[in-house]
Amino acid sequence: MFGVEGAKDNRSLLRRHERFPEPTGPLPLARIRVMLSYIIRRILQMIPTLAGVILLIFFLFKYFGGDPAEILGGLEATPEQIESIRNQLGLNRPVWDQLWLFVKQVVTFEWGQSWATREPIAGIFATRLPATLTIMVPILVLEVGLAIVAGLAVAYVRGSLTDRAVMVITTLALSISFLVYVIIGQYVFAFQLGWFPVQGWSSSLWTNLTVFAPLPVLIAVLVSLAPHTRLYRSFFLDEIGHDYVRTARAKGVSEQHIMFKHVLRNAMIPILTNVATQLPGVFIGSFLLEVFFSIPGLGREVYTAVGRSDYPMIQATTIYLAALTMVINLMTDLLYKWVDPRVVLK
Amino acid sequence: MSAAQTPQAQLAEPDGPEVAVEDLLSLPKSPSVWALAARRLRSDRGGMFSLWIVLAFLLLVLLAQFGVLAGNWQKEVAVPFAPPHFMGADAKTAAGAAATAPANVDLSDVDPLAPRYAEWAERAAKTKTVETVKADTLSFGADRIGRDVLDKAIKGAQVSILVGILAAFVATLIGTVLGALGGYFGGKLDDFLEWVYNVFTSVPYILLIFALAAVFRSGPLGKVFSDGIAAVVIILGLVGWTSIYRLVRAEYMKHRGREYVRAAEAIGAGHGARMFGHILPNVSHIVLVQLSLHVVSFIKAEVILSFLGLGVPIDMVSWGTMLGEAQSELVLGKWWQLVAATAFMATFVTAFAILTDALRDAMDPKLR
Repeated sequence: MFGVEGAKDNRSLLRRHERFPEPTGPLPLARIRVMLSYIIRRILQMIPTLAGVILLIFFLFKYFGGDPAEILGGLEATPEQIESIRNQLGLNRPVWDQLWLFVKQVVTFEWGQSWATREPIAGIFATRLPATLTIMVPILVLEVGLAIVAGLAVAYVRGSLTDRAVMVITTLALSISFLVYVIIGQYVFAFQLGWFPVQGWSSSLWTNLTVFAPLPVLIAVLVSLAPHTRLYRSFFLDEIGHDYVRTARAKGVSEQHIMFKHVLRNAMIPILTNVATQLPGVFIGSFLLEVFFSIPGLGREVYTAVGRSDYPMIQATTIYLAALTMVINLMTDLLYKWVDPRVVLK
Repeated sequence: MSAAQTPQAQLAEPDGPEVAVEDLLSLPKSPSVWALAARRLRSDRGGMFSLWIVLAFLLLVLLAQFGVLAGNWQKEVAVPFAPPHFMGADAKTAAGAAATAPANVDLSDVDPLAPRYAEWAERAAKTKTVETVKADTLSFGADRIGRDVLDKAIKGAQVSILVGILAAFVATLIGTVLGALGGYFGGKLDDFLEWVYNVFTSVPYILLIFALAAVFRSGPLGKVFSDGIAAVVIILGLVGWTSIYRLVRAEYMKHRGREYVRAAEAIGAGHGARMFGHILPNVSHIVLVQLSLHVVSFIKAEVILSFLGLGVPIDMVSWGTMLGEAQSELVLGKWWQLVAATAFMATFVTAFAILTDALRDAMDPKLR
């Protein structure tokens, strides 16, 4: 997808530590065309994958799932009622017809109502997503920001006692289930100390951000800080070993400048990749926190949908999040180009 | 592979074929890759220590599996929420046990049931009752209905570890076979498998788990695998094979053109023999490391799934279901089930993670 040309050579040295070569004036037409054709090619490449996801979900639920009519009809449905539901859903038609109906649902966003609550699926997405984002966006921002700082710091003191301590703590901390951190965090900070509400949510974004979100965000960030620091440390250490760092030191550039300007910028590619792999999780990843803290988000919605056998909800979320993942991957690849001009889009 | 070419073998070569063969036979047998790896692992003190811990846990799992240990974890052997030994019995339960029954007030003149008491007492005397003495304290305390937390933790270890290992085997099997096919044959088959891989990785894995869990709950498969751990093992295995597939495929692409594989072809080894007889042993160290990496992540996943009620059935106990109970117990101040489950899990997972690192270092010294 992308290649780093001459990543090992020292061309960055020639540019010294100037800012990115800002394109002066309008972009050359050729560059825009290259970019556009790249984007179009990538979008075309997504189609077979997305078709695969649709097929996977359709056949999974069609042949391995329960009978929708029986789920919808409930325990006391008469055979006639079951039959009428089957007709309504088109379950008596040939498989290919049903697949076509399913594809139409995906493309037109017309999923109808949730089987369990009769709420329109589109409405569920619209009302549940904001809560999830309210939790996940602060988590992601804090996580990455703190991990960059901590990773730089630990990479700076590499090989020392602090360095080893971080590694040991990380291994230990990672072996304890996330559940335990949430259970204890909720108990100590909310129940015992009363610094935060135990659970809850309101309709005002500000109240949510300042009252209900802080504890789940705090727990998630604290738990992920150690593994992230370890990961980012390895990114920075990779860069610190390069020749350009030694050269910069030799010519007397301050250590701060080397760390924040040279090393950080060059480590941005692996960091971006890491953030990009987490991004799709932003939309659903907080389901455990949502379950614990009664946050009406998308993750909890899908989780309850599993318990209620609410198939449309699960199918819709799976397919749209898969599509979103692909789009995010494309945007990440474009971002590489922006962060590192040496990257060539192929 | 390279391990066979010891310096002595190279020195002994130039004296004509017969001499060389004799010399080679008289040479000490060069150690195999596995023997070398075992030697490197033995010299890794942290790795060996964690290996013993892991082996101890596996023994625990075996003993629990055959009912030697924690066979009656479902028995209510203690008073509800009996605390651990070192805390002493709860003051309340101790007082309750000591208190004598209060003297009855004679109500026989107004009680309409009074004439029948004697009859009932007679009948009650006929039925045998066994007075079970319930413990006031247990080594790790008791849960809400008085089950021994230590027994539960051991039984939970059995279920959680078994799920982790079996699911890792399923995932490794799928990943290795598909990776071998794709990497070895290439072409159309590889394109198809790459497509499948892309499809599976484009869905966030937790959603794939949810979708499969929903299907297993209400579908025909759910009735087949309704009891036991099979459902959660299959779900985790189906979701987790992708990274193994990728690695194995890359290795097979590297190996398929190598000389030893061509030589095998020349002496008439078929595709299957070349894939699994010749190449697989040479990439098995990668597979093994992946297997143990996945054991850890699947145990963690099982704990979360069981906590959510999507994992093991409710009549079983795993570390996840223990944590689920512990959440409501903690509010009552009964912390021991949480601590027991966490301690067991943390010990095993840490040991297994360190062992995996040691294994990787031992198998692939170049990687350091």
